[in-house]
Amino acid sequence: MTLTVSVQHQLGDFTLDARFEAPAGVTVLIGPSGAGKTTLVNTVAGLLHPRQGRIVVDDWVLLDTQAGRVLPPHKRRLGYVFQGARLFPHMSVRQNLLYGRWFAPRTARGESLDRVVDLLGIAHLLARRPGALSGGERQRVAIGRALLASPRLILADEPLTALDEARKAEILPYFERLRDEVSVPILYVSHSLSEVARLATTVVAMKDGQVAAVGSPDAILGDVAVVGARHAASVLNARVVAHHGDGLSELATGAGPLFLPHIHEVPGATIRVRIAARDVILSRERPHGLSALNILPGVIADIRTGHGPGALVTLTIGDERLTARITQRSVRDMGLEPGQPCHAVLKSVAVAPEDVGTGRID
Amino acid sequence: MADFLGPDAWLAVLLSLRVSFWAVLVSLPLGILVAHALARWSFPGKQVLNGLVHLPLVLPPVVTGYLLLVTFGRRGPVGQFLDTWFGIVLSFRWTGAALAAAVMAFPLMVRAIRLSIEAVDPRLEAAASTLGAGRAWVFVTVTLPLILPGIIAGAILAFAKAMGEFGATITFVSNIPGETRTIPSAIHALLQAPGGDSAAARLVIVALVIAMAALVLAELVSRRVARRVSGA
Repeated sequence: MTLTVSVQHQLGDFTLDARFEAPAGVTVLIGPSGAGKTTLVNTVAGLLHPRQGRIVVDDWVLLDTQAGRVLPPHKRRLGYVFQGARLFPHMSVRQNLLYGRWFAPRTARGESLDRVVDLLGIAHLLARRPGALSGGERQRVAIGRALLASPRLILADEPLTALDEARKAEILPYFERLRDEVSVPILYVSHSLSEVARLATTVVAMKDGQVAAVGSPDAILGDVAVVGARHAASVLNARVVAHHGDGLSELATGAGPLFLPHIHEVPGATIRVRIAARDVILSRERPHGLSALNILPGVIADIRTGHGPGALVTLTIGDERLTARITQRSVRDMGLEPGQPCHAVLKSVAVAPEDVGTGRID
Repeated sequence: MADFLGPDAWLAVLLSLRVSFWAVLVSLPLGILVAHALARWSFPGKQVLNGLVHLPLVLPPVVTGYLLLVTFGRRGPVGQFLDTWFGIVLSFRWTGAALAAAVMAFPLMVRAIRLSIEAVDPRLEAAASTLGAGRAWVFVTVTLPLILPGIIAGAILAFAKAMGEFGATITFVSNIPGETRTIPSAIHALLQAPGGDSAAARLVIVALVIAMAALVLAELVSRRVARRVSGA
């Protein structure tokens, strides 16, 4: 599966000129507000007709202005999860769920109602009306409705933004399950870097209507030009080894063992962990008498400095890379240089639950 | 009821109900279409259409009746065409009274429906289209159920207006007992004749009761539908 998007459009002063290609999985669009993320998704949905462009999912051509092909939205075979759930207020949850299925070609029916209801945990809501649901429940129904339309591509425009932290934590795992258990590609708009770290297979960073960078979540989240030095982070693949009695979970990573606050996954599960660069401390010697539990020995691969007082130092640790954000003064005082051995120190409690997701990145 | 009113007045009541019923039923689909066009579409001549729809509201009813007579009368362009090709005659018939009532009630009906269409979130319609519903299906499965309270309100308002229509009706189709003498025409005729006051008073009571019943029914039905549609 590949998603090919190439769109040019003019909206008042705003020019959208975006091109990217993404493989199967979850493609996350990030960028500041006004970067054109929603506009881009709406052109894929067919709700907005760009002046020029070509949008192809595999061999399914949604739009090709040169060939004169513009499919109307209802023929694009999409599942669009909107920011507000946009459930139909006059229908029950069950009718909402089955709405798109009714229009899908009989031969294309993928997921069954039972399986989707089960996947999203909404069996007890089927007879209710959307007006009687909580925000999180509504969004789950909206996901189910999109999924049951047997889409060839799922679009999600900041589906968690309207929810509070607890509800976000409730919904995000369902998108992870969608990615891991349902083989439909997803184009997902987000401005949360932890969502990117948890969900993305590919990240497309947008700025001023253009694609600024495309890459793996690890590459993009470590890219200062995209996320800014304050938000630079590394994403590590990990496997849950054990849960200890003192509330810590032990993980095996390519960089060595990690101890983090309890992670709600069974031992053996593959997860990914986002580690913010500002939470990593560096030490030339192995520190003693330190409260931090995670001390990982590695070699300095790269030191980047910008206009500010900070520096981003990336270590190669085993077969992973971990970035630390420290001051240029420390780099000078410690005499850090690429090729030197160095220890990365990480406080366990610096990693929050929203930084831990399922599945691995390649 | 017929005893209380006397046979002539009773005939007028039945006729009024029939005229108003058909006036609303036949104009309702057109009313929904026009309201939808005015609320959602942009096309050249939109303001002209809007003006035409509202004209009967501001014109003297007698003028509307006269224009109907000129257009739909036996010698009028449309009237002649209908007579020659379909054998339909409107002038001085109860069907003409229904047409007059429909034209006079049309602005009220369109206004009520248009307001309810403008209140529907277009994003719901967009959501339906992404789920595979074409334009017609979006209208039938999303827009129409959501504007149902407005349609009911508009229909009942139009019905009440049709029941009371006098000026355009009497100008277009005259005041023929049993054919075009509706309740207002009958009251008018009774008040013109000596000794008709008490019969007129009884008709006035009937008119009041019907109007009140219509309003209460409208309120009940649309409240019920609104609750169903709001999703609570």
